[in-house]
Amino acid sequence: MSVREFELDLDAFEGPFDLLLTLVLREELEPAEVDVAAIVVAFVGRLVEHDELDLGACGEFLVLIAALLELKARALFPDEEAELAELEPEEAAEELARRLAEYRRMKDAAAWLSERLGAERDRFFRVGPAPLAPHPERTLAPQDPERLGAVLRALAEPPPQVSLAHMPLRFPPVSQFLERFRAVLRRRTRFDLDAEIGDLPRIEQAVAFLALLELRKTGEIALDQVAPFAPIRVSRSNGERSATWTVRSA
Amino acid sequence: MDRPLRLITANPVDQLARTLEALLVVASAPLSVEELAQAADDDAERIETALGLLSDRYREGRSGIVLERVAGGYAFRASREAAVACGRLFERPVERGLSQAGMETLAIVAYLGPCSRPEITRIRGVAADSAVAGLLERGLIAEAGREDGPGGAVRYRTTALFERVFGLESASALPRLDDLGETAAEIRERLESVGLGKTA
Repeated sequence: MSVREFELDLDAFEGPFDLLLTLVLREELEPAEVDVAAIVVAFVGRLVEHDELDLGACGEFLVLIAALLELKARALFPDEEAELAELEPEEAAEELARRLAEYRRMKDAAAWLSERLGAERDRFFRVGPAPLAPHPERTLAPQDPERLGAVLRALAEPPPQVSLAHMPLRFPPVSQFLERFRAVLRRRTRFDLDAEIGDLPRIEQAVAFLALLELRKTGEIALDQVAPFAPIRVSRSNGERSATWTVRSA
Repeated sequence: MDRPLRLITANPVDQLARTLEALLVVASAPLSVEELAQAADDDAERIETALGLLSDRYREGRSGIVLERVAGGYAFRASREAAVACGRLFERPVERGLSQAGMETLAIVAYLGPCSRPEITRIRGVAADSAVAGLLERGLIAEAGREDGPGGAVRYRTTALFERVFGLESASALPRLDDLGETAAEIRERLESVGLGKTA
């Protein structure tokens, strides 16, 4: 039986024993990851399969596994090595027994948990995600209820209807009013603007006023208003500009 | 013979019991008496009375849903008699593939936690990285701070899910560590007897 070709199936490694040793020596596999006990159990299992005990293979295995165990011990307890080396044989034995007892208790605790888990296999329950944390309560400064009510009422008020009244507006040409005023002044020397355009829609009144300003600019008419918002009187200027008129009322 | 379920009565404790039923149905983890009292806006004594009512109403053999005291609180689970049917539809993924290494690591964290990976490694004699990662992934253990000093190793503790999966009311329901395994003196005696046997 060849120890080196002895096949292993461990958590950390799967393959022949000599490859495992090579990887450990090349530091490509952490010795701490290797379950030495599992290797021993596998080797003993392999021995049982043979009728005769192969002492040569056993000796070789012992040497190799001891080396592996030493490497693993050094990897696991680098700092404790010096500390343990200082111990007297009696103290070292005590320490070993204490550690073994500690591990033994944990092994038994694990066995108890396994048994318990087996007995609880018929307990089904819902496992959901962690519950959401409740939203923290927001603290507000004291508020006047009436003021809050007024704000809410204002918010509840339906928005004003958007006016589309300007859509069908048609602006008459300024020239139309220029002609109209010139015609009036040909018949009369003066007239009141309100009397002339008071019945027209507001948009036409605005255009008429622009025409009036145009005529004033060209000096064809004179404008007179005794006070702001008083009726505007329009008269023929006879070529003279009225220096006294102001457009404050405009 | 058990009385049939009587869910609607005018008894005020019964009304509180219905509120607790609702809270326990909604909850994804066991709820403590304090949490239930806070949510139901009632005092702890009345909550415990109402829980007593519910425990009687939802018990094995009487209902398909069982109210159990687990992981420091109360939670609903399926009755054991429905386990086979539940098993056809659902599994308990938390414990699937839980290895011996994982179980030993879990035992160490349950008894000695919060404890770090180096501590676990020292006790088990095998690197604990993959076992710890597996337990973290299952939600059976969680991080619980770091060891003192700069660059201290992460410590781990068991979670409420651990207690629920193992059906423990709390961590104190674990057997006493002193009652488990052999003492150091017993082990030493055994080792010495083996040694003597060899030399003889």
